[in-house]
Amino acid sequence: MQHRILRKARVLFEVYLAQMVEYRAEIYLWAAAGVLPLILLGVWAKAAESGSFPLSRVEFIRYFIVAFLVRQFTFIWVIWEFEELVSSGRLSQQLLQPLHPIWRIIASHLTERVVRLPLVFGIVCLCFLAYPEALWVPRLVDVGLATLLLTFAFWARFMIQYMMSMLAFWSERATAIEELWFVVHLFLSGLMAPLDVMPDGVRAAAELTPFPYLVYYPTSLLLGHGAPLAKAAVVLGIWSLASWGLQRVLWRKGLRSYTAMGA
Amino acid sequence: MARALCKSYRVAAKEPGVAGALRHFFRREYKDVEAVKGVSFEIERGEFVGFLGANGAGKTTTLKMLTGLLLPSSGELRVSGHFPFDRRSDFLKRITLVMGQKQQLMWDLPALDSLRVNAAVYDLPKLQAERRIAELAEMLEIESKLTLPVRKLSLGERMKCELLAALLHEPEVLMLDEPTLGLDVNAQDSIRRFLKDYNQTRRATVLLTSHYMADIVALCPRVLLIHEGRLVYDGSLEALTERVAPYRQLRLELPELVSRERLATYAEVELLEGRKVVLSVDRAQVTNVVARVLAELKPLDLGVTDPPIEQVIGRVFAGQKEALA
Repeated sequence: MQHRILRKARVLFEVYLAQMVEYRAEIYLWAAAGVLPLILLGVWAKAAESGSFPLSRVEFIRYFIVAFLVRQFTFIWVIWEFEELVSSGRLSQQLLQPLHPIWRIIASHLTERVVRLPLVFGIVCLCFLAYPEALWVPRLVDVGLATLLLTFAFWARFMIQYMMSMLAFWSERATAIEELWFVVHLFLSGLMAPLDVMPDGVRAAAELTPFPYLVYYPTSLLLGHGAPLAKAAVVLGIWSLASWGLQRVLWRKGLRSYTAMGA
Repeated sequence: MARALCKSYRVAAKEPGVAGALRHFFRREYKDVEAVKGVSFEIERGEFVGFLGANGAGKTTTLKMLTGLLLPSSGELRVSGHFPFDRRSDFLKRITLVMGQKQQLMWDLPALDSLRVNAAVYDLPKLQAERRIAELAEMLEIESKLTLPVRKLSLGERMKCELLAALLHEPEVLMLDEPTLGLDVNAQDSIRRFLKDYNQTRRATVLLTSHYMADIVALCPRVLLIHEGRLVYDGSLEALTERVAPYRQLRLELPELVSRERLATYAEVELLEGRKVVLSVDRAQVTNVVARVLAELKPLDLGVTDPPIEQVIGRVFAGQKEALA
C-alpha cells in the first residue's frame, strides 16, 4: 500500500516536473510578474529617508527583497486550474480515474516551485547587488523556522483557495472571489507595507487571519525579528481545517450538480 | 443494467435582451429539462453494443450516468456490480470512457509520460505496464509515436494514443463516445479493427456511440436506439432494418434512358440519374420485380442491397417510431 502511494507520488512528481520544464518560459514570466514588493521597495525606501517610520531605509529595502522571495513560496493557483477543469469538462476524465484530481494539482504546484526558484534566487541576487547595504546573512535556525512557517502557510493558503474553487461547480467565474480575497491579501499580508507601520488594532485583527503568516511573519523570521509561531500554528490550523471541512461538503454537493458539460 | 433510468436538469429560463437579463436578475425562473426518460436495458459481459441517437437524444447523458459522472435523477443502475456514481476505486479500475476530441494525454509531453502516470494511478506493476504498452501500441501501430510530444501527433495518432491510455488498465467495460470523430478513413478502419480485436480477445463489454454508421455496422451486432430521451429500439441492426424499412434497393444501370413513369410501374423510384436508377422494392416482391426488370429493361448492371443504415435510422428519427412497435 505504502509502496503504491510512494510510486504514484514519485511518478506524478517526475512527469509534472517534465511538464513544468516545458512551461519554463511562462513560469519565469509569472515569477517576474510578482515584483510588486520590489516596486514598493523603492517607494518605502524613499519615504523612510524623509519621514519617521518604525523601520530604517535599509530595513525597508531588506524587508521587501525578502518579501519578494517569500511570496514565491505561497503562490497558489488551484482556483484557476479547477475552474478550467470544470468549465472545459476536463474534470470528467480525472473523475474517471482512481486518483483524486487534487493530487495532480498538488503535483503541479510543487514541481512548478522547483522550476521557479532558480530565477527567483537570481532576481534576489540582483537586488542585493543593487542594494549591497541591505545584504545580510540570516541565521540557520531562522531559515529553518521560516521554512516551517512557509510550509504551513502554503498548505493553509492552498486549502482555503481549494475550498473557494468548489464554487466553480455553480459559477463560471469562481476566480472572482479569489480576486476579492487578493485585495485583502495585499494589505494584510505585508505585501504593500510591513505590519509594523499599521495601527495596533488592524495588526491584531490581521493576526487572526492567515494573511500575515503568508508574507510578513516568514519575512520577519528570516530577518531575525521572530514571529508568534504558536499563534501562527493555531490560526493557520483552524483556517486549514475549516476550509478542508467546507471543501468536503461543497465537493460532495458540487459533484451532484456537476453536469460534465463539454465532456 | 439500467432500469427506468431518468436524468433531468434544472436550467435557467431567461428571455433574450437586456430586459430579459434584468427580469432574470430579479426573478429567476427555471425549467426542468428531461434528458433521459425511463431508459431500461441489460448488457451481458463481452457484448459489443451500438448506442444510436440524434444529437441531444440522450446518448451521452446516459453514458455519463453509466460511468458515474452524472447522478441519475431516478431509476436503477448497476455497472460491473457497482452503482457508478459512488465512483469506488474498484469500479473505476474496471471501466473506461473514451470521448472523441477530448483528451486525457498531457499535451506538451510524449504520450509515454501520460502512460507512466496512468500505470501508477491504476497500480499496474512496471513490467506489466511496459508489456501492455508494447502490446497495445503494436495493435494500434503507434510504437514509434509514443516518444513524440502529443501536440506533434496527427489527430488519428492522438486518438490511438488516447485509446492506449484508456485501455492500459485492461478495463472490462469500455464506453466509447464518437471515438472515430474527425478521423480519416484509414484511421477509422484501423481503430475499428483494434476495437473488434480488443472486444474478442479480452471479452470486454463495449458500448459505442458514433455518427459514422460504418462503425456501427462493422462492430455492433446489437444496437440501442434512443430518441428524445427514450429507448425506442433494442435489438440487431438487421431486425431494425426489416421492421423500419421492409424494402430492398434495386440498383440498375440501364442501356438507355427510361421515363420515371415507366420505372414506377415496377416499384417506387428512389433515384433517377440518367441511366442510373434506384428502386425501392417490397421485400416480398424482390424476385418478381427483378425477373420483370431483367426481361423487359435488360439492365447492363443490377444489384440488390439493403437500404443504407443511415436511411433506416433517419426514418426512426423522422417520426416513424410506430414502425418499431
